[in-house]
Amino acid sequence: MSDTPNPNDTPESAGQEPEEPRTPHRIIGTPPPAQSRAMLADETGDHHEPPPELPPVPDNPVRARRAERIVAACFLLSALAGVGFIAAYVGLEVNGLDSTLRSNLALGTSLSVVFLGLGVGAVLWVRNIMPDVELTEQRKPLASPPEQREEFAETFNAGAAASGFKRPLLRRTLLLATAPLAAIPLVLLRDMGPLPGTSLRHTVWRKGMRLIVYGPNTPLRPADFSNPGQMITVVPEGYQDNQVALAKATTIIIKFAPGQLRPPTVMNWTVDDIVAYSKICTHVGCPVALYEQTTHHILCPCHQSTFDAIHGARVIFGPAPRALPQLPLGTDSQGYLIATSDYHVPVGPSFWELGGSGFTGGNES
Amino acid sequence: MSNSKGLGGVGVFLDDRTRGAAPARRFMRKIFPDHWSFLLGEIALYSFIILILTGIFLTLFFQPSMTDVVYHGVYHPLDGVRMSEAYASTLNISFDVRGGLLLRQIHHWAALLFVGAIMVHMLRVFFTGAYRKPREFNWIIGIAIFTISIFEGLFGYSLPDDLLSGTGLRITQGVLQSVPIVGTYLSFFLFGGQFPGHVIIPRLYIIHVLIIPGLLLALISAHLFLMFHQKHTQMPGKGRTETNVVGAPMYPYFMAKTGAFFFFVFAVVALLSTFAQINPIWLFGPYNPSGITAGSQPDFYMGALEGALRIMPNWVSNVGGYTIAWNVIIPAFVPLGIIFGGAALWPFLERWITGDHREHHINDRPRNAPTRTGIGMAAVAFYGVLWLEGANDVIAAQLHIPLYTLTWIARVSVFLAPAVAYWVTKRICLGLQRKDTHLLEHGVETGIIRQLPSGEFIEVTRPVSEEVRAVLESRTGLPQLPAPAPGEPGEGVPAPSERGAMGKLRVRLNRVLTEGIPVPTGNGHGNGHAELREGEPAAVPSGADHGRELEAGSPDEEERPSGH
Repeated sequence: MSDTPNPNDTPESAGQEPEEPRTPHRIIGTPPPAQSRAMLADETGDHHEPPPELPPVPDNPVRARRAERIVAACFLLSALAGVGFIAAYVGLEVNGLDSTLRSNLALGTSLSVVFLGLGVGAVLWVRNIMPDVELTEQRKPLASPPEQREEFAETFNAGAAASGFKRPLLRRTLLLATAPLAAIPLVLLRDMGPLPGTSLRHTVWRKGMRLIVYGPNTPLRPADFSNPGQMITVVPEGYQDNQVALAKATTIIIKFAPGQLRPPTVMNWTVDDIVAYSKICTHVGCPVALYEQTTHHILCPCHQSTFDAIHGARVIFGPAPRALPQLPLGTDSQGYLIATSDYHVPVGPSFWELGGSGFTGGNES
Repeated sequence: MSNSKGLGGVGVFLDDRTRGAAPARRFMRKIFPDHWSFLLGEIALYSFIILILTGIFLTLFFQPSMTDVVYHGVYHPLDGVRMSEAYASTLNISFDVRGGLLLRQIHHWAALLFVGAIMVHMLRVFFTGAYRKPREFNWIIGIAIFTISIFEGLFGYSLPDDLLSGTGLRITQGVLQSVPIVGTYLSFFLFGGQFPGHVIIPRLYIIHVLIIPGLLLALISAHLFLMFHQKHTQMPGKGRTETNVVGAPMYPYFMAKTGAFFFFVFAVVALLSTFAQINPIWLFGPYNPSGITAGSQPDFYMGALEGALRIMPNWVSNVGGYTIAWNVIIPAFVPLGIIFGGAALWPFLERWITGDHREHHINDRPRNAPTRTGIGMAAVAFYGVLWLEGANDVIAAQLHIPLYTLTWIARVSVFLAPAVAYWVTKRICLGLQRKDTHLLEHGVETGIIRQLPSGEFIEVTRPVSEEVRAVLESRTGLPQLPAPAPGEPGEGVPAPSERGAMGKLRVRLNRVLTEGIPVPTGNGHGNGHAELREGEPAAVPSGADHGRELEAGSPDEEERPSGH
């Protein structure tokens, strides 16, 4: 890191950089403290010899001349691709799938070529035109010499003493003042949302609310099920577009053959062997969207919690800890399926305030 | 400045005001050691730059709003569909803005590359011991960068509010809600009420485009500054010592090389974004809490968390009317907690176990620290099992393995695979050490067979080249805790640092960690086994403050049979 024997160098610059001793320093043999350890570790002293200069000419001039042309060609290609990118931007409108695809291909290809040309060119340049060098730079130990550490400690202690920070009254009242200050940013976050209250325990389902088929947006009669084994997603009437409501209230109904359902399914809550369970997984809340007719398994596609639809949607595999809550079903005067109440236990993922009563499944009446 | 003929007008102008010539000259002559593995961190850095550039472009068109709109854009399959403004504007970026789809895809691919490059870079740093003193800070900064990058990615791909990312957000909310005591409140504050609410997208947006990028920028700057200040580590080789750096200078070599590398990284990302579709949100549809698609997979860096959630048994505890959802909080916090926490503590743990307080600037070859390499591979196996399990439904469908069987395999492997990986890796490392020792002591087999006058046939060997020798001899053995040499006063009396439960633990750990085959101490020029010389220090002379401890190790102890 010392200097080259450059005639333009002035001794004055050496004086400005005390951690960079120039040749005169070394001859006198009194390196500054910062250098003393490096000197010991580096007995050969080649730290102070001129570093190997970078050779001004390539290792192989013939190869370099050839490489120059190739590198130039790469850069030229890159420039052309850059122009091509702008041309494609101007020339190719996007207003649909096909035109977007064309535009994406043209823009992407030209942009890639811009960068590839520059990259390949630069690498060939380094490899064939710049001479091969390997330089060595000395490390200084990272730790400061003991004197400097002592000086620092002295300065620090002197400052501390002068500040009067040791006066207990000052120190303690200052600390006291910072305590509420630190709390203020947290307090300010309070209005980011309402308190949970008991909102996680309820959904929007109410007595008499119709079940609306998700998608077609129509109410449903028990007779609409052509045959057993179907699973249909339903949502509460009037909340079809309310995402907050749907995130808890979305429900699946499954039609079984007579006599198929078994406890702990609550039979009073079924209509014509149609049973309704919450669609919100009790693990972390994904919709349990997969139903296997032959095994009567309801499967969550996220983490594969599996529920037994015949036996009150109890858990038979996976990370979900409790059965899918069962929604009490009935029919209204026009024969449409309705809920006869809200879910009796909270739906969805566990939460701290859930408590053991949330685990009794849907069979509580 | 009369004499600065070599400096141009601009240079003089600047130097007159900054006295920057000397620092700038040092900067130009800064030495960069060359090794392919040093490029991994650069990939991460350049991906980050690409992310910022493309991210700025995307903010010009993206609307972080959950307001309901009915779509009437150029993508006909979704015509008339209700969706959030965020989703609609992402469709517009894809189909109405020229270059929008390309830059969106570049942004996404660069994000994957960013996290992936960080992972591989961290593995390189771990396996070569480059985190050792004096670089522990930079290691921890790196872990912080990695951690918040994962959140940055998760929040970023949640912004379009499509069905896939919305499901990911739902899972995130479910995990948050399950946190004991404060979970419900955290979830309500973050989402502004019940999931999904109307504020989560704008909030994630500001975190994604301002808060985390700001943090990342600060941490990456600190990371680079420290690296620059402490100078690079280098791989062992001829002429490379703990007190020098050997390589090419910044100007012009490293500048040109790293510039080229940036162009290559950008070119690769651009090619992927041109030809490999990523996150086609128009196929997923807008988010709706009632809907989901089967086989939905998060971005790859969320895979391990996803897998951990999948293999966890459904344990919960109900205590005093409150619910502790072990089934969620264990997978959400424990596996990555072990990996990140373990990685952060490891440099200090290793230093305590080995008593090695020296500065290290020459990297270890992974084989030369078999226990560390074994532990690293155990972590890789642990993470790998969780990661694969995160795609268990896809794997089950592709390989026709029953899903539950696969989950059970993962439940067992998550414990078994790290143990096997540790053991196998350690054996491989020890085997490679033996090979190295053999090369040093016996040289390279030349294939020339000679008959001795006695009639015996031997194969002629030649000593390894100087370059190879320098690499092979870089193995000095990890520092062992001292034990009083037999016959000396104090034999059998443990040093004060080795008394007590912690001291005994430390000695035991030290024996495991320093396991390796004896370091060859002879001249090794193909003369067979050299005799051990009396009093030759077994370990490299240490730094000032702990020299006594380390030098006490004698060759006899180095010969202690190990590896069984």
